[in-house]
Amino acid sequence: MSTASVANHDAAHDHGDHEHHDNFVTKYIFSQDHKMIAKQYLVTGMFWALLGGFLSVLFRLQLGFPEMDMSFLRPLLGGWIDETGHLDPTFYLALVTMHGTIMVFFVLTAGLSGTFSNFLIPLQIGARDMASGFMNMLSYWLFFLSGVIMFISLFLKTGPASGGWVVYPPLSALEQAIPGSGLGMTLWLVAMTLFIASSLMGGINYITTVINLRTKGMSFSKLPLTIWAFFLTAVIGLLSFPVLFAAALLLVFDRSFGTSFYLSDIYIGGEALPNTGGSPVLYQHLFWFLGHPEVYIVLLPALGITSEVIATNSRKPIFGYKAMIISLLGITVLSFVVWAHHMFVSGMNPFLGSIFMFLTLIIAVPSAVKVFNYLTTLWRGNLIFTPAMLFSIGLVSFFISGGLTGIFLGSSAIDIQLHDTYFVVAHFHLVMGSASFFGMIAGVYHWFPKMFGRMMDAKLGYIHFWITFVGVYMVFFPMHYIGIAGFPRRYYSWTNFEFANMYTDLNMFVSVAAIVTFAAQFIFLFNFFYSMYKGRKATLNPWQSNTLEWTTPLHPGHGNWPGEIPSVYRWPYDYSKPGAEEDFIPQTVPLSATPESNLPHEQELVKVELEIMKEEEEVLVSNEAKH
Amino acid sequence: MEKELKYVDLVDQPIAMHPKKFALWLFLVTIVMIFAALTSAYIVRQSEGNWLEYDLPTIFWYTSGIVILSSVCLQYAYSAAKKDNLAGLRVGLSLSVLFGVAFLVGQWYSWVALVDENVFFVGNPSGSFLYVFTGLHAVHLISGVIFLIIVLISTFRYKVHSKSMNTLEMATTFWHFLAALWLYLFMFLLLNH
Repeated sequence: MSTASVANHDAAHDHGDHEHHDNFVTKYIFSQDHKMIAKQYLVTGMFWALLGGFLSVLFRLQLGFPEMDMSFLRPLLGGWIDETGHLDPTFYLALVTMHGTIMVFFVLTAGLSGTFSNFLIPLQIGARDMASGFMNMLSYWLFFLSGVIMFISLFLKTGPASGGWVVYPPLSALEQAIPGSGLGMTLWLVAMTLFIASSLMGGINYITTVINLRTKGMSFSKLPLTIWAFFLTAVIGLLSFPVLFAAALLLVFDRSFGTSFYLSDIYIGGEALPNTGGSPVLYQHLFWFLGHPEVYIVLLPALGITSEVIATNSRKPIFGYKAMIISLLGITVLSFVVWAHHMFVSGMNPFLGSIFMFLTLIIAVPSAVKVFNYLTTLWRGNLIFTPAMLFSIGLVSFFISGGLTGIFLGSSAIDIQLHDTYFVVAHFHLVMGSASFFGMIAGVYHWFPKMFGRMMDAKLGYIHFWITFVGVYMVFFPMHYIGIAGFPRRYYSWTNFEFANMYTDLNMFVSVAAIVTFAAQFIFLFNFFYSMYKGRKATLNPWQSNTLEWTTPLHPGHGNWPGEIPSVYRWPYDYSKPGAEEDFIPQTVPLSATPESNLPHEQELVKVELEIMKEEEEVLVSNEAKH
Repeated sequence: MEKELKYVDLVDQPIAMHPKKFALWLFLVTIVMIFAALTSAYIVRQSEGNWLEYDLPTIFWYTSGIVILSSVCLQYAYSAAKKDNLAGLRVGLSLSVLFGVAFLVGQWYSWVALVDENVFFVGNPSGSFLYVFTGLHAVHLISGVIFLIIVLISTFRYKVHSKSMNTLEMATTFWHFLAALWLYLFMFLLLNH
């Protein structure tokens, strides 16, 4: 029988000396352990990624092979394949809508932040668990419920929401507009409301934990960049998701109660609707006030993971630690003042457009600082090409190639030509979609040993990486050309347009590449589940990393560290420090223990440190006496 | 079976604030953002013209007074609890709940007054916005009343006193915030009408 007196930092949280009986339900289903919740998020996110990817394969088939006979999909899609074997055009719109919604929210927001913020925040800052384990559990189950509702909406007779993932009114507000705007849209709104509640609960927990529950010595200037990224992601979410809620609330009133917030002067079949005085652009403003920060909610955690993985596997301190933090902060602030660059062609005042263009282009500065720092960290490092490292370098590559096109799109004059073309699709799939996805995969490869105590197979990881990396470029690079040629996104078919015919082969190529890339993900899935049970047993610190999570036992229990939580004495990037015996010095090693490698200013800190350690000793002794 | 874990307290922790209180403040931030979004939407929409003009219900002046009274009573209860004055705490809390309910009733009558003016929820967004502001605020206030009632019940179980103030402190913070939020909304409406 296990006796655990889980003593947290506050008496109110003290579990006392009661016994823990973890049965199957409390351990694997309604768990309050942040590590188990993280795994739940990961597996759910993988399910959604698979589904979202599969939907994209379906519409890529339509785009690449418009004449194809898709009758073989009828067992799965039923009536959405018509008698001639073609995909139903309204279902095509549903496919792109659901692909966007699933990937942006369920995979790259919940799957990424949910997994790694939950898993790494307590482990890397030295906390027993999240500030509120219960709220954390609730956050996951609201997400799960939201997913169930979204999933059900896929099987409706009228189809799921089809107005694009941005659900602009009036398309999303009027049932007559498109079949998916009926029950499908209602379920979309219900699911998203639950999702917002889940994200906010998660975010409140992450912020509270990072601020209040850091272990002794873990000052903000000693935090790993992963934690900085997760922390700022949560801050962005906390400020932007409520705005989406407000937008959705008004949309619900317009849809179900007959108000006219977004609707005005609409004629359907010659009949005027009663709604007057609404403004659809109002919705766009509210939506993009979330929508743009959402891009960074998706991207920042991936950037944080990359910082950690690249520094560890270059065996070098991260270049410009403070510059990294300042650029993260800069991106956080700027993300809230650029939303209207999504609306250059919405009829807004061109002068306002110029202001938003200016602010948008400023984001290039912190982004470039980050890229520069990644490259300079890699420069002349003792690179170890683990799969996680490869995926992180892949992220940097996508961040550069996708980021450059952002400068084109951020410029309002060029955006008028490129708006809503495949150029935009190529841009955000590289910089936000693929980059974040690669960050997530890198994180899985890197922290798999901590999650399951076993290693993933590296060879399969390399195969997975090369197919995916090359595949992503094969898919999205040609899209730039298609976009410049003027192909609008979300169109079911272009075969009716003369100018579009010459690109049929390019579209075919993109579709084949997409299918191959999608198929390659099954290598990862196999590797993941096989290694979970049959993988090589991991050592305690397989990557020889400095951060706190590697000081826990191989299978950390609920509470993470048996006995005392380790104290922190140095920043997390002491790799290859001149004079040191090994090429890494964990954060838990006091400066006083490494006089041979201390820098002059660190030598001075040793005195302070010794005093603190003496105090701690006294606390320990008094605690021992109490227990 | 889990491994035997023996966790030990560390006395010194870099604690800034009780985590739950901190989480409450973050929750308040989300509410602020919702109303910031709605009131901004109001201004943006108003500037586009086609805006119905009508008189704000005068009952808002009374409900604003009531909500301030309610906050004052709660503050009295709070200081009573600090001095372990249990009777004062219960009276203050009960009055605060009563005024809270009175506020909600008053807000209901503001809707009646609006309907009498022929301003409906469905119609020009100018009116719809007012219903959304008051309605959404009322939803939050109802949750606040429930919170206060829970604290009131716990005072009868002798669970709130000078050594155990957390719940009451959180309730007080939340309640003052809701009062301030209403005053903000009212002032916003007076200025942008």
